[in-house]
Amino acid sequence: MKYADEFRDPVAAKAVLSAISNVIDEIGATADEPVSIMEICGGHTHAIFRYGLDKLTPPGLEFIHGPGCPVCVLPMSRVDECVELAEQPNVIFTTFGDAMRVPGSKKSLLQAKAEGCDIRMVYSPLDALELARKNPDKEVIFFALGFETTTPSTALSIQQAEADKVTNFSVFCNHITVPPPIKALLQDPYVKIDGFVGPGHVSMVIGIEPYRFIARDFGKPIVVAGFEPVDLLQSVLMVLKQIADGRADVENQYSRVVPDEGNPVAIAACDDVYDMREKFEWRGLGEIDSSGLKIREKYAAFDAEQKFKIGYGAGPRNVAEPDGCRCGDVMTGRIKPHACPKFGGACNPETPLGALMVSSEGACAAYFQYGGYREAAE
Amino acid sequence: MCLGIPGQIVEISDPARKLAIADVSGVKREVNVACILGDGQLDDLIGTWTLIHVGFAMSRIDEAEAAETLKVLQMLGEAQEEIEAMRASAAE
Amino acid sequence: MNVMAPARARSKLKADRVTLAHGGGGKAMRDLIDDVFVSAFGDCQTSELEDQARLTCGALNEPGAQLAFTTDSFVVDPVEFPGGDIGKIAVCGTVNDLAVGGGKPLWLSAAFIIEEGTDVSLLRRVAASMRQAADDAGVTIVTGDTKVVGSGSADKVFVTTSGVGVIPPGRNLSARNVVAGDVAIVNGVLGDHGAAILACRGDMALTTDIKSDCQSLNGLMEAALSAAPGLRAARDATRGGLASALNEIAAAAGVGIEIEETQLPLRTEVKGVCEILGLDPLYLANEGTLVAFAPPEEAEAALSAMRNHPAGQEAKIIGRATDNRPGMVVMNTVFGGGRIVDMLVGEQLPRIC
Repeated sequence: MKYADEFRDPVAAKAVLSAISNVIDEIGATADEPVSIMEICGGHTHAIFRYGLDKLTPPGLEFIHGPGCPVCVLPMSRVDECVELAEQPNVIFTTFGDAMRVPGSKKSLLQAKAEGCDIRMVYSPLDALELARKNPDKEVIFFALGFETTTPSTALSIQQAEADKVTNFSVFCNHITVPPPIKALLQDPYVKIDGFVGPGHVSMVIGIEPYRFIARDFGKPIVVAGFEPVDLLQSVLMVLKQIADGRADVENQYSRVVPDEGNPVAIAACDDVYDMREKFEWRGLGEIDSSGLKIREKYAAFDAEQKFKIGYGAGPRNVAEPDGCRCGDVMTGRIKPHACPKFGGACNPETPLGALMVSSEGACAAYFQYGGYREAAE
Repeated sequence: MCLGIPGQIVEISDPARKLAIADVSGVKREVNVACILGDGQLDDLIGTWTLIHVGFAMSRIDEAEAAETLKVLQMLGEAQEEIEAMRASAAE
Repeated sequence: MNVMAPARARSKLKADRVTLAHGGGGKAMRDLIDDVFVSAFGDCQTSELEDQARLTCGALNEPGAQLAFTTDSFVVDPVEFPGGDIGKIAVCGTVNDLAVGGGKPLWLSAAFIIEEGTDVSLLRRVAASMRQAADDAGVTIVTGDTKVVGSGSADKVFVTTSGVGVIPPGRNLSARNVVAGDVAIVNGVLGDHGAAILACRGDMALTTDIKSDCQSLNGLMEAALSAAPGLRAARDATRGGLASALNEIAAAAGVGIEIEETQLPLRTEVKGVCEILGLDPLYLANEGTLVAFAPPEEAEAALSAMRNHPAGQEAKIIGRATDNRPGMVVMNTVFGGGRIVDMLVGEQLPRIC
């Protein structure tokens, strides 16, 4: 595949890896006192394990797996609301496959489907809109989740639904934004992060400026990174070089896809459709100010929250996390997944307790799936 | 998060809704191209490489920037080779 | 009930759709069985109008020969897909279950659970394709059954096939026989069936030319076994894909299995589907792909025998059994990093975020 295979080249990776080792030596980082780099995005976490990158980098470099997995930070109460919507009569509830297995307080969408709800997996919100056109006598609800990469697709679908006068299509909006939780992490005195690998596909929409505060206010380097293994390694090298040079800048490794200014059409569509919520609950991180999006009043006809009187803030819906679940500590880098007492026992991919075990991007699922836990145990 | 993959626009399928067919390794899928259209004509998009996410073309892939990144990687490779060679000769 | 070979004149089915009457035991049912199934599976005059097929087999008389017997149920959505249909899968799947154990498949049974309202023309196509697949594999469908259930109680048609074959004396293929050093060979590209089904269901609105790899592998296994009689084991990499087959073998044999990512045969389009949907091709289903383990000295012979067979032209050595990490499958990535390839938990779901 063009623009992907070139960045999976083992020869290039080898050179970057040896450069990484050199800079780690230069910094003087060791296994006991490592440089900690957070890859914010779950896609990067997935790539690290998929390609075994954590085993190729020197011990003086530690990856902290960040909160950038929308499924992992989805509170249980939101899943409960999804199930509630799916159980409404005459509804076709559509979702990305990722959300199907996330446990709610009573059941997951997969279980609700087994009980007879009409729940369908779609690849795109456009497919949900098409389902609405084909089923005019049903209400088609799309479960919108994801960060800034995904928000424009939902916004454009809502605009399209309005233009086409589709009245049986609505969106259950749970979109969230990347910068606020990063700020929250940086303000947490217990969290030690020396630099960040930034989510490239988020930046393809919002550009690189929204991360400026990380460098300017907190003095930490951040490099916006692509998703192929060589992209990721090169970005890590760029972060390390900034650390070695005593710099803190926002740099862009993924310039083939990410223009510094982002995508103006996508940003405009989002501005048109969404309003910022005062606050939003993140699983494992708690409520964070101005970190979630809701649908503006003018698109109320397409807002499942308004149509069905359900959703964030509609009632006291905070559901307690399962006992002993330490997803929050994993997400903030306080502990490694296998240090959680539930890991691999009560919490496993078959019966996930915490959200990080649910999505294949979740740090715990990745550890389990790709054997990190067994390595650690050996 | 945010699985995104490169694909090439091969056909305009619904001009009114700004939909086009993208080809990813021989697999075709209809995608919305509103975000990469800019001021240009739809037909001009044919042949364009784009980054696709959930059925939307979100960015045009910049050939020159890709080449530049690869060049940096290549230079890094050469530099590392030199360093290794120097180390090897110093060790002799 | 044995549905084969009625002695009298065949009755004709006039209906376009199956109704509950076709399951009622009367003339309508007889018409369905005769005209749709017997006429397709037909001319094996092994027995007449008995409730059982009566068969004799000289091969079983050889000392040391073993009877191999297997059964499998098939539900596929959609019933017809690029590269095959439920009938072809039902024949190939059971033939392959016999073949990977070294059995020479001989006879099949076929039982159908048919949903009320199903097009009779669909059943005719399925029956014809079963006959074709049976002929291609050199097996005979000797007995069968039909049942009709109410609308919604089944999805068009479910098929169960059982198969009987003979394992010649001296053959002993078993996952438990695999030892460190044995070489893992696959007969062709991975994931075609899973990707074809995913795409043709249409939920993801993908268009591809990928066809299911659905095919019988008994000819291929015979070719491999005559070139490499020491072949230790073979597994059909169906549900759960290659990853599951390898994990089963690793667990049964108590060996580790190491595979090379760079050696996995994958069609470009299958890679494309996996990239788009965030799937791992190691877990995609196959319906005509097996993994065999050969002792190192016979690996090349097995490989070239497979490659000379139509069902194995893209055969490839993908890895080997080792003493390291017994019970586990490890894939060496293109980077020289290693990753554990575990059993799949539940169904692989398309991943978007």
